Amino acid sequence: MLWKEEFSVEAAQERYVTRRQFGKFLTLTSLAMLAGNVWILLRSAWRRGEPEPPAQLVLRAGEVPAGGVRVFRYPGPNDPCLLLRTGPASYVAYSQKCTHLSCAVYPSDDGRRLECPCHEGYFSLDDGRVLQGPPPRPLPRILLEQRGGEVWAVGVHDGKVLS
Amino acid sequence: MTEPGPQRPRATTAMDGAIALIAVLLIVQMWLLMATVESFLAGHAEVAAPAALISALLFAACAGLYAFIERLDRAATRSRR
Repeated sequence: MLWKEEFSVEAAQERYVTRRQFGKFLTLTSLAMLAGNVWILLRSAWRRGEPEPPAQLVLRAGEVPAGGVRVFRYPGPNDPCLLLRTGPASYVAYSQKCTHLSCAVYPSDDGRRLECPCHEGYFSLDDGRVLQGPPPRPLPRILLEQRGGEVWAVGVHDGKVLS
Repeated sequence: MTEPGPQRPRATTAMDGAIALIAVLLIVQMWLLMATVESFLAGHAEVAAPAALISALLFAACAGLYAFIERLDRAATRSRR
């Protein structure tokens, strides 16, 4: 009969069916959370197996004055980075993407911090650690090497503060 | 004096308890996933394995509680026939 197809559950049974279905929904959501954790585990394993990115020439001698800044891309074309010349022969470089919501960071007016204009996040110029604002992690640091008068990017130090 | 309401079946009370427990475990699992993502993005890959193991245990507990709900439902259906 048509009404039995339309109303396949008896009224007395309904309270059991709704609870069972809600329980199933919660359990499947729990399975999705597990899948997320397993995905991160696999990504971690892949990341360990990845080779270091190749070295890249960032700067030739005299191209940027002391206190100057250069934007470059490393290790890929979608990874903007900032190189700052902090002294006559000292350089630091960080990813330009804020660790909060990936806005571009730039040196603050006083030149002693990196500033994210979106949500007033500030990072230390010395080691990339968060000084203020919502960013949850330090800026990834680009490892630099000076070869003769040239500055080369040779690797990325993700998120951890280097001493 | 008010009339007492209809007797609430014990099976639905047990089901409600199991669902509440599943919900609590799920909230813990969500928090665990968020913390693992944050650690992964911060370069701490070493937390991924223990987090996945704990998440698997939490899921197993949820699945066990759901099996309990199913069993109660089957028993209740049988008793009504």
